[in-house]
Amino acid sequence: MNTPVVEISGLRTAIGGRDIHRGLDLAIGRGQILGLVGGSGSGKTTLLRQIIGLMAPTAGSVRLFGEDLHRAGRVAQRELRQRVGVLFQGGALFSALPVFDNIAFPLRELRALDEDWIRRLVELKLAMVELEVHHGTLMPAELSGGMVKRAALARALALEPELLLLDEPTAGLDPKRSASFVSLLGQLQRELGLTVVMVTHDVETLKGLATHVAVLADGRIAATGTVDEVVAAGNAYFDNLAGNGEAF
Amino acid sequence: MNAAPRLQVESGAVVLSGDWTLAALLPVMTTVRMSLKDGNLLRLPWDLSAVGRLDSAAAVLLWRTWQGRWPAQLKVSPTQRRVLERVAAMPSAPPAAAAGRVTPVERLGRPVLGVLDHLYGMVAVLGQILIDLAHLMRHPSEIPWKEITANIYKAGATGLPVTALVGFLIGVTLSYLSALQLRSVGADLLIVDLLGISIIRELGPVLVAVLVAGRSGSAMTAQIGVMRVTEEIDALTAMGVSRSLRVILPKILGLTAAMPLLVLWASVMALLGGMLAAWVQLDFSVVYFIERLQRAVPVANLLIGLGKGLAFGLVIAWVACHFGLRVRPNTESLSANTTRSVVTSITLVILLDALFAIATKEIGVPQL
Repeated sequence: MNTPVVEISGLRTAIGGRDIHRGLDLAIGRGQILGLVGGSGSGKTTLLRQIIGLMAPTAGSVRLFGEDLHRAGRVAQRELRQRVGVLFQGGALFSALPVFDNIAFPLRELRALDEDWIRRLVELKLAMVELEVHHGTLMPAELSGGMVKRAALARALALEPELLLLDEPTAGLDPKRSASFVSLLGQLQRELGLTVVMVTHDVETLKGLATHVAVLADGRIAATGTVDEVVAAGNAYFDNLAGNGEAF
Repeated sequence: MNAAPRLQVESGAVVLSGDWTLAALLPVMTTVRMSLKDGNLLRLPWDLSAVGRLDSAAAVLLWRTWQGRWPAQLKVSPTQRRVLERVAAMPSAPPAAAAGRVTPVERLGRPVLGVLDHLYGMVAVLGQILIDLAHLMRHPSEIPWKEITANIYKAGATGLPVTALVGFLIGVTLSYLSALQLRSVGADLLIVDLLGISIIRELGPVLVAVLVAGRSGSAMTAQIGVMRVTEEIDALTAMGVSRSLRVILPKILGLTAAMPLLVLWASVMALLGGMLAAWVQLDFSVVYFIERLQRAVPVANLLIGLGKGLAFGLVIAWVACHFGLRVRPNTESLSANTTRSVVTSITLVILLDALFAIATKEIGVPQL
């Protein structure tokens, strides 16, 4: 049980001849909530895409639960991905399906559960993210920004993943909604024992949620550790970020 | 990794152990469900204290096994009890779906209303275009030249190779097949009349219209549709830029202008193909072919062909814009409307062609 959930070693990513990551190392342990911070264009979202396996590393390796996604076979790959839930920045709900079917989609893909089971699970997830049952009939285009995030989170949680990846979970939400979304995430993380990796710019989200922080700069992890450690070490980016918001 | 979920009956109690999670359940789903089916289990005390992890999928499974009631005796850790309690709090029956019975009158009326709705929408698009044109008459500086020329280039210039290829091949085929027939009745000469009139008056415009509907019509619908999905249309309006003036009008004017030119081009190519095939097949000299073409085909045919091109271009762009504006913000609607746009415009083009044929039956056909 001691293998890190995510283990990245010597990762190099080149897009269009430009190096985004230059020999990046990062290990994320079980139960951590890691906030991935860094300036715009520092490759945070790209790193998240590497972890999901949407991009292949130019060099180095990304291991999920101790296995290399790009070396694994088709079946193993699918099983690994079923242990990961992703909340995309814009929600990425399937626009042609109502919310209910969006959340039911990964469950139906298993082809092992009957409709009654799926319905109960979907309603459970809706309740988990504090949406009403009747919201399930709405189309994604009819939802407000906050509801899109919640519905997308419900879908990400549908398979009870061990690892949850969040790309800017609170971007586009007003402070009040953002705070309630953060507390919801924290509560779910405690209940489900998730490991969470999130990309964020928002100090409040970081303060409210993260146990650990990794600062991305120059294609490497410039600093990593618990929030207090990184603050104590006085990383330049972090000071800047913290200075803009409230002091840590 | 997960420990496999296990169910045992020990000393008169049901003992669960291992991880009861969806991932752990999947490989042993049938066995577990079989062992849970046993009705006698319901009356026994349940011991869940050896369970490693319990997720909501497994909790739903257990709750259904218990038939929606707590077992008389249950040993479970507080965390896992909370998971079960959450399942227990859910309503067990699905919310009653609204009864959707359709009467025959409704079944007949819906499509009729749908067609009327489309007609209304199309008239609205045309009306808006006319209003825009009137506005542009008074404010000529606002004419979107850049967009109009871009559309002429996109629909016209980039369509030259494919229309040339298709036109040429159709010309070759038509000429080759007719030559065989005509020779058998000794009417070789008539190949020029046949090709000239059929291509210039009929085949050229219709062929190009079908190609353009598939090529440019679908692209227009998809583009406007995606602009609606991504709220770009709203962004334009918010900037005070009229969407009809900047997005719709240039498409309609551009395609209406480009179509006659494409028709002319495709007709020339088809005649070239026909000429080539006649030369190979019937030993018809090119000079003679051109000479006879002038006498056999009155100029009125060319005007009718170009007129059709103009009308078809207008219809295709008009239909494309109409369906583009009806796209709702989801992928399904986008694909459905793109399909409808192409099918409708091709159908309308052929309908219009028939009307043209009736209206111009006295014109440009040499009377024998």
